[in-house]
Amino acid sequence: MTDRAETFDLQLDANYPETAVEVPNTYWGMVSHHFRKKKLAVFGLWVTLFLFFVAIFADLIANDKPILFYHHGTISFPVFSGADKAGPFVWKDLRKSDPFLLQRVTGKEEAIAVWPIVKYSPTEYNLLEYLSPPGVRHWFGTDDSGRDVLSRMIYGARVSLSVGFIAVGIAMIIGVLLGALAGYFGGWSDIVISRAIEIMLTIPTFFLIIAIIAFLPPSIYNIMVVIGLTGWTGFARFVRAEFLKLKQLDFITALHALGASHRRIIFLHMLPNAMAPVLVSAVFGIAGAILTESSLSFLGFGVPPPTPSWGDILSQSRDYIEFAWWLTIFPGFAIFMSITAYNLVGEGLRDAMDPKLFR
Amino acid sequence: MKVYLIKRLLQIIPTMLGITFITFVIIQLAPGNPAMLKIQMGKGQAELGEKTASELIIKQTKELYGLDKPLPVQYLLWLKRIFTLNFGFSYKDHRNVWDKIAERLPITIQLNLISIFLVYIIALPFGVYSSTHVGSFADKILTVGFFFLYSLPSFWVAMLLIMLFGGGDFWDIFPVFGISSIGSESMGPLAWLLDRLWHLVLPIVCLTYGGLAYLSRLTRASMLEVIREDYVRTARAKGLSERVVIFKHAFRNALLPLITLFAFLLPSMFGGSVIIESIFSVPGMGQLGFEAVLSRDYPVIMAITTISAFLTLAGLLISDVLYAALDPRIKLE
Repeated sequence: MTDRAETFDLQLDANYPETAVEVPNTYWGMVSHHFRKKKLAVFGLWVTLFLFFVAIFADLIANDKPILFYHHGTISFPVFSGADKAGPFVWKDLRKSDPFLLQRVTGKEEAIAVWPIVKYSPTEYNLLEYLSPPGVRHWFGTDDSGRDVLSRMIYGARVSLSVGFIAVGIAMIIGVLLGALAGYFGGWSDIVISRAIEIMLTIPTFFLIIAIIAFLPPSIYNIMVVIGLTGWTGFARFVRAEFLKLKQLDFITALHALGASHRRIIFLHMLPNAMAPVLVSAVFGIAGAILTESSLSFLGFGVPPPTPSWGDILSQSRDYIEFAWWLTIFPGFAIFMSITAYNLVGEGLRDAMDPKLFR
Repeated sequence: MKVYLIKRLLQIIPTMLGITFITFVIIQLAPGNPAMLKIQMGKGQAELGEKTASELIIKQTKELYGLDKPLPVQYLLWLKRIFTLNFGFSYKDHRNVWDKIAERLPITIQLNLISIFLVYIIALPFGVYSSTHVGSFADKILTVGFFFLYSLPSFWVAMLLIMLFGGGDFWDIFPVFGISSIGSESMGPLAWLLDRLWHLVLPIVCLTYGGLAYLSRLTRASMLEVIREDYVRTARAKGLSERVVIFKHAFRNALLPLITLFAFLLPSMFGGSVIIESIFSVPGMGQLGFEAVLSRDYPVIMAITTISAFLTLAGLLISDVLYAALDPRIKLE
């Protein structure tokens, strides 16, 4: 390929020419190259991608309806249409024979059904099966209403990740803007914004979040916004520090001399150069937001029922802690793995972008 | 030093004002006004038809809480009340808020101080050891171990500890409820102390391990940075023993960022306190705050937020002073 020569350097030790390696020499090329060298970081990345996949396709992974149903020459998708049955076939009865993925019904009426891996929806309850330990039918057991724990955990991933991403998104927008303004203009805006950061840092964040959420109607959007509104300080500090450094550089002076507007300088020239610590902070922020959301759900201030959340399952386990170990271990482990995965990615990214480690 | 202290204290004042302002703003978020809520809670749904009597009561409650005055005046009143430590009366049981807090504050402070102390005592040696034996098997295990420790959610750890040690399927070594056993008043002072400590073991473990993991990794990173500096190389070249090089020169310089961490450890510990105290039924300020939020007891909520913010400011001040005392490069004007 002709362009490979333009984006790669050759790492060559003259004494051992056979060990020559091509190393990318664009900024993000270098970062991803060094990131991939750390196995733990790559593992963390795979886990986050897995969680992302689970969150997006939750409907197809855990549901009490078949994904695809073929009958009399017509194909239907019960998962999306929400029907309880099609013709003489009721999904609940079809499920009784415990099919695995593909099910073929023979006899008077023929049909083919494709089932999701977990054949229970997170909200269907069956009091006959309440608090049953992990077994053949419910792989992770059931909670005190007979709801399948594995299914609830799969949908809980959706809650955790969406809260994580959106809360951090909000915090990032607020923090980056304020940090940029403080760093670029200096003077009074810097003083005011730095004071605001200090104030936000002094008030214990978690308690503040609980206090605000207690005053608002329970909803997942309120949680996202509140976590975002209390988490912007980290971003603001990093961007402000980067801007203070960037302001001294010559190319900014040149831009001023050329008459570029403030908006142009900040958004087109300075911000793209300041984003590196912001990215690392964002990944750690997602880990923190997942933890906060789980803690809130654990205390009862999280997403309103019946939406499942990992912290919610964990809080249920408090009442049955002597014997219902599956209610404690599985959701807690899920929270732990998600946080660890994002921390790993954040650390890997930070080390990959660290200019001090001589490359 | 005195001038520096006075300067710092003066700088705190705008921050304190900002905190009181934020807590004031949050009060205003309260849906409906507290007077209405009081009436509804007291009378129940059935009697909401009696308009005139409730209107009079609403008016009186509003005057009591100063809710009928314009907002800026309310804020100034709020400010005045904070300075006189008059946080009003709890909605739940009409006791003086400050009394309720004062009887629980010592416990939370005890818990957090012991925790912070343990964090520093354990994390610093581990961090230094890790940094001096970089890449060794022990270092790798410690690093990975602390990393995972740091990512564990505290409420999960609390529940796992209860499951394992608190009388479930496994051992029953530690109590999981309260901070003193029944009949503890009749024990002698030593027995009482031991009993109290026995109760505190699990909560303190939960509060400590997170900060421990974080501080240990920070110490390692800080020490590694310092060890690469030229003056360490000079110290070694001078022929100083490795111990002196590490502890007298490297460690003292690496200590500086760790002290600033102290200021941020306090608010995070306090937040963690809320969860841990609820799980272990420790009668501290965190549990009071949690219950207050549950029962929408606004005066208590506002008081706790303000007080913990001030405590954090105190921590910031202490860490700044320590930093200034330790770093001879900082000129104290």
